[in-house]
Amino acid sequence: MSQIFAQGLVCPLDKNNVDTDQIIPKQFLTSVSRDGFAEALFYDWRYLANEQPNPDFVLNEPAYKGASILLTRANFGCGSSREHAPWAIQQYGFNVVIAESFADIFFNNSINNGMLLISLSASNIEFLFSRCQQGTQEWKIDLAGQQIILGNNAAVGFQIDPDIKQRLLSGLDFIGASEQFEPQISGYEKQRASAQPWLG
Amino acid sequence: MMAKTLYQKIYQSHIVAPVNGSTDLLFVDRHLIHEVTSPQAFAGLRQAGRTVRRPDLTYATMDHNVSTQLRSIDAAGETSRKQLEALATNCKEFNVPLLDLMHPDQGIVHVIGPELGLTQPGMIIVCGDSHTSTHGAFGAIAFGIGTSEVEHVLATQTLQQQVAKTLKVEVTGSLSPFVTPKDVIMAVIGQLGTAGGNGYVAEFCGSAIRGMSMEGRMTLCNMSIEMGAKAGLIAPDEVTFTYLKGKPHAPQAEHWDAAVQYWQSLYSDADAVFDKTVTIAAEKIRPQVTWGTNPEQVIAVDQPIPSPESFSDLIKADAARRALTYMGIEAGQKLTDLKVDVVFIGSCTNSRIEDLRQAAAVVQGKQVASGVRALIVPGSGQVKRQAEAEGLADIFKASGFEWREPGCSMCLGMNDDRVEAGQRCASTSNRNFEGRQGRGSRTHLVSPAMAAAAAIAGRFVDISYVERAEGTYQ
Ligand code: SF4
Repeated sequence: MSQIFAQGLVCPLDKNNVDTDQIIPKQFLTSVSRDGFAEALFYDWRYLANEQPNPDFVLNEPAYKGASILLTRANFGCGSSREHAPWAIQQYGFNVVIAESFADIFFNNSINNGMLLISLSASNIEFLFSRCQQGTQEWKIDLAGQQIILGNNAAVGFQIDPDIKQRLLSGLDFIGASEQFEPQISGYEKQRASAQPWLG
Repeated sequence: MMAKTLYQKIYQSHIVAPVNGSTDLLFVDRHLIHEVTSPQAFAGLRQAGRTVRRPDLTYATMDHNVSTQLRSIDAAGETSRKQLEALATNCKEFNVPLLDLMHPDQGIVHVIGPELGLTQPGMIIVCGDSHTSTHGAFGAIAFGIGTSEVEHVLATQTLQQQVAKTLKVEVTGSLSPFVTPKDVIMAVIGQLGTAGGNGYVAEFCGSAIRGMSMEGRMTLCNMSIEMGAKAGLIAPDEVTFTYLKGKPHAPQAEHWDAAVQYWQSLYSDADAVFDKTVTIAAEKIRPQVTWGTNPEQVIAVDQPIPSPESFSDLIKADAARRALTYMGIEAGQKLTDLKVDVVFIGSCTNSRIEDLRQAAAVVQGKQVASGVRALIVPGSGQVKRQAEAEGLADIFKASGFEWREPGCSMCLGMNDDRVEAGQRCASTSNRNFEGRQGRGSRTHLVSPAMAAAAAIAGRFVDISYVERAEGTYQ
């Protein structure tokens, strides 16, 4: 496997507490499909009330067309458990999100879709935003080496849970992996049924 | 033996097997599902040729997307109908029990779980919905999951998890009159911030919590996700056991004593160590109102709206500036000078019988202010029937409230109950995010009594002051 998990243009979204209602508003949640959410991403920010693109929203700036790394601030993805949020981000083209912190459910949902979420200290996030102010950025993400390669010998290291790193590197089938524990699951069910018969 | 927190006790008793490193495979006792986050999970099962391992531990309802005016799956539009139909088809094919729109007990998933006795102490309960934290009020580990995890639970009845950190929130003393559990949790979120609980499971304890009914405890745990906590938890006690006794899915007579005996072992040991502790005096909490666009932007009703400059944190100051603009308010303004256009009493936070009783006590014999649209949406068929039997529905209708069928309704506006752009809404729900109740909607989160008082006055009022001093809202 290549050392590089992802590489590409960085889009800076300079906001804290971006919630899942902003990432994908509710009118798109009636879908029964897993696809087709790219257009819905940040809908209320991306489009004006007359459905024309909002020229002031960063994603609509021509310089960020085709971006695949999203840089943002603290508590990204707070709010609901809708997996439509990471689906929309991924289908738009972002496979990596870098932020000071993430909401727990959003984090799990993203990892389950093979996306990489990187948390960095506030000062590192500030540093990365200042790079973006100097001009458009193309970064490489080295997951095995746990660093964001900024170019010109500059890099920022990151921490990641070893189990999650392993899962992202091996692309493991999550359900399949748990099914390997079938004997233990059956055993647990038997013991549970006899010790706590009221549980059903 | 090492002292353990309640969370650690329940977590450890559910380990099926260690997976690797810090990850464990945990058994799931109850899996609740609804129409919005399950269709792709069932599609995934079908595609992989898998089945639902324990349909007997799985329970479905229709709530997010339903019309609250008519009991028909056609009533909320074509795409909603398709999603509701998909749930019905999936439940039928995989043998999962479903409370559909015609079922007398249908309602919001976090209202019906406890009502039916599906929610019990010591369980691990999951649902594809972040407010699953509600069920923690019974001393269960209950948390929201995404659709991939819904599929995982359907297939294996387990989840891969890692131990969370523990946060103790102690509320000492007792609440002042007209201060409710909703005000307590909003005050806690105001203090800890929307990310203050990230990575933690919060256990609420202290005399103020012990004094709360199950309804109140559910309100409290419901909003623990709004401070980022994975789950909220309250050790079960006599209040819990009394609530559960006789519920259809609660332990029946032959198992009742054994169950209670087990439940009585579910508490944090006196010398258990929490990763973080917060203590709040109940007497200090006043009725709360959010002024901004996230739940931590909250003040007591008699405090002035803060200025962005009052936040030492530059990021919070900036967030405040944006919120004031979005909400159409100014620093220094009094909440009690703000007119409301819409009042919504409902949602999994505050749509239970006790919430409706509190609201009815405030509005009885009074009229909704002219120009205000006021809605009451009971959380379930059971709540609705009980409120009608107690005469609450008549009180609301006589006061000018719309009395609706159960569902999520204006909490997230997936159906046709929306707040229009620029309108100000006093809402008993849990999220005041931009656009949550409709594009451009301005949401202020409050308790049921405060919402009811706002409906009558046409603006926010300090209910504790008015009740004491004047006995009137007009
Ligand atoms: S009432 Fe609101 S918060 Fe609760 S489950 Fe429904 S949409 Fe979610």
